[in-house]
Amino acid sequence: MKLKYFSAPYLVWMIVFILVPLLMIAYFAFTSDNGGFTMKYISDVGQYANIFVRSIWLALIATAICLVIAYPIAFILSRMDKHKQGTMLMIVMLPMWMNFLLRTYAWMTLLGNNGVINHILGMVGFGPVKLINTSGAVVLGMVYNYLPFMILPLYSVMEKIDKSLFEAASDLGCSSVSTLFRIVIPLSMPGITSGITMVFVPAISTFIISRMLGGGSNLLIGDLIEMQFLGNAYNPHLGAAISLVLMVIILVIMTVMNQFDPDEQVLM
Amino acid sequence: MKNKILPLIMASLTAISLFTSCGSSKTENIEEDEEVSVQTLTVSNPEYYTKFKGKGISINVYNWGEYISTGADEGTLDVNSEFEKLTGIKVNYTNYATNEELYAKLKGGGAAYDVIIPSDYMISKMIKENLVQPLDMDNIPNFKYIMDNFRNQAYDPSNEYSVPYTWGTVGIIYDETMVDIPEEDIDWDLLWNEDYADQILMFDNPRDAFAIAELMQGYSLNTENPDELEDAARKLRQQKKIVQGYVMDEIFDKMGAGDALIAPYYAGDALTILDENEDLNFVVPKSGTNLFIDAMCIPSSARQKEAAEMYINFMCEPDIAFANIDYICYSTPHQAAFDMLDEDVRESHVSYPDSQFIADKTTVFVNLSDEANLQMQNLWTEMKSAEDETTNKWLVPIFLIFCILLMIFVLIRRHIKAKKDIF
Repeated sequence: MKLKYFSAPYLVWMIVFILVPLLMIAYFAFTSDNGGFTMKYISDVGQYANIFVRSIWLALIATAICLVIAYPIAFILSRMDKHKQGTMLMIVMLPMWMNFLLRTYAWMTLLGNNGVINHILGMVGFGPVKLINTSGAVVLGMVYNYLPFMILPLYSVMEKIDKSLFEAASDLGCSSVSTLFRIVIPLSMPGITSGITMVFVPAISTFIISRMLGGGSNLLIGDLIEMQFLGNAYNPHLGAAISLVLMVIILVIMTVMNQFDPDEQVLM
Repeated sequence: MKNKILPLIMASLTAISLFTSCGSSKTENIEEDEEVSVQTLTVSNPEYYTKFKGKGISINVYNWGEYISTGADEGTLDVNSEFEKLTGIKVNYTNYATNEELYAKLKGGGAAYDVIIPSDYMISKMIKENLVQPLDMDNIPNFKYIMDNFRNQAYDPSNEYSVPYTWGTVGIIYDETMVDIPEEDIDWDLLWNEDYADQILMFDNPRDAFAIAELMQGYSLNTENPDELEDAARKLRQQKKIVQGYVMDEIFDKMGAGDALIAPYYAGDALTILDENEDLNFVVPKSGTNLFIDAMCIPSSARQKEAAEMYINFMCEPDIAFANIDYICYSTPHQAAFDMLDEDVRESHVSYPDSQFIADKTTVFVNLSDEANLQMQNLWTEMKSAEDETTNKWLVPIFLIFCILLMIFVLIRRHIKAKKDIF
């Protein structure tokens, strides 16, 4: 019973820094400059539908690529010797020790027209390829920055899969493909869903990656929101409305995601 | 370039003075040191600055990044600490990157600043919204140094709210070795030249970008006519396919590293880039350009108005104005500081175009009406978010199909699960 009191600081924290700002966003989204109720801004969001679709699309691609890359890595990691696992995990985490902006900035110099990659391509004989300022570069930035968020939850789930399950499967004549589909994937489902959440949500709302690698011509929702607060058209109401719509979209997508989870847990 | 020579001279002077003082006795040494620190700075009316001494007052100054002499280079003045030494007022100095960021901060009411340095159109917007307050010019006697043609500008017609700090023009920075067009023929159409597709950078800010398109089309830079704005946006859309990227400060790196060949930029910063990469050249197009003025203002929410006025006056001291302008490379509206500059700087067409050109061919931004601002912003977002024709068509349907498939899959799964649960 007493334990309840220990959660009080976190509760206060949640109310002041999570609940109140959320309510304020909702308030701003539904009021006009003079404080009256309006649906204008919410309906204005409709005109940015293509930006929403592009953000969701790019975030989905990035999440899918992350999943494809991270799944085998996490599996191999989880089957390693215990003492090796620590080192390998550290290598996975290593990029995260560096500042996020710095990592993205480094990609700018790698992908630039006179950058390292084009330089090497030029030596081999290929003409300069347009790498930076494309949506491909934005996806690359997302994958690079958020990959560890996919590997870690997958790894922590897979690590708990008992080795004897694999032994039993091969004893009973199960091929490696059906071992994957009948044992590994079902048992790592919670890791997959939380990994997808952890990559998809930041990827869909990022703005600095598209700014730096997309050259400003691949606007994402994050850029759009930033423009409303720090851009020429100072319009916090529209910015709040866009954020609200974005939250609803993420909520819907996450509910769909959670249907895949055998335990029906809410992972948000 | 002068930026590099001056510190050298100063450094050698200091070295010489150190040398001579070494020969003298210890007591003299201290005296000399004091003399040196007084000599570096002479103010017109020292008594005026002692008013708040020992009262423990502090002021919050909010300025653009890299926009004051910080003493980082040897031999330059650290303006803020000189002010602190002279007046005993503590300066809390912070930076912003855009006028809009400054506006959002003030409008949000979160922080109280005493001195801000917004640009022309933002000043008129702030005056209109009562975010800045009239200055007491009796407290700013050094306003007398401000050149006549920078007083009473359209953004502040009776010059009650602002004291000009710097000004400059927008021009084109380009790689001379790769662009085969003689310097005298360079004009804004270079930014639309398809020979340099994917080598062109553009401003990532609607006001500056529209200004260039409006110059091309021969409209006023302050036009509020919806058709003209529409036409300017059409011009920008046309340019989009050959633009490598929409950037602001990244122009520094990209042009410096040779990642792009052509970009529009502000004169002062452009000169800094020229120092880095000697292939580059900077031209102020003859057909006309935008002239921007950054001026010091005091927000209505300021807590220390008189101390803030003292700071503004201090910034207009000839020595201080010169130190600042020498450090940041923009152009000065300050007569005394201008007279102190090297002759080649004063006669440079980039920093100080002749007054005839300024009068006939340059326009200072004023704030647009809310409707025009909104229209410009919408056209800008529309222009930037419009994808190439190839991707836009299938993007929406694929996403919808994907969603539907996902839903069907989920429903089937649930159905199977429900069946299983019966047993």
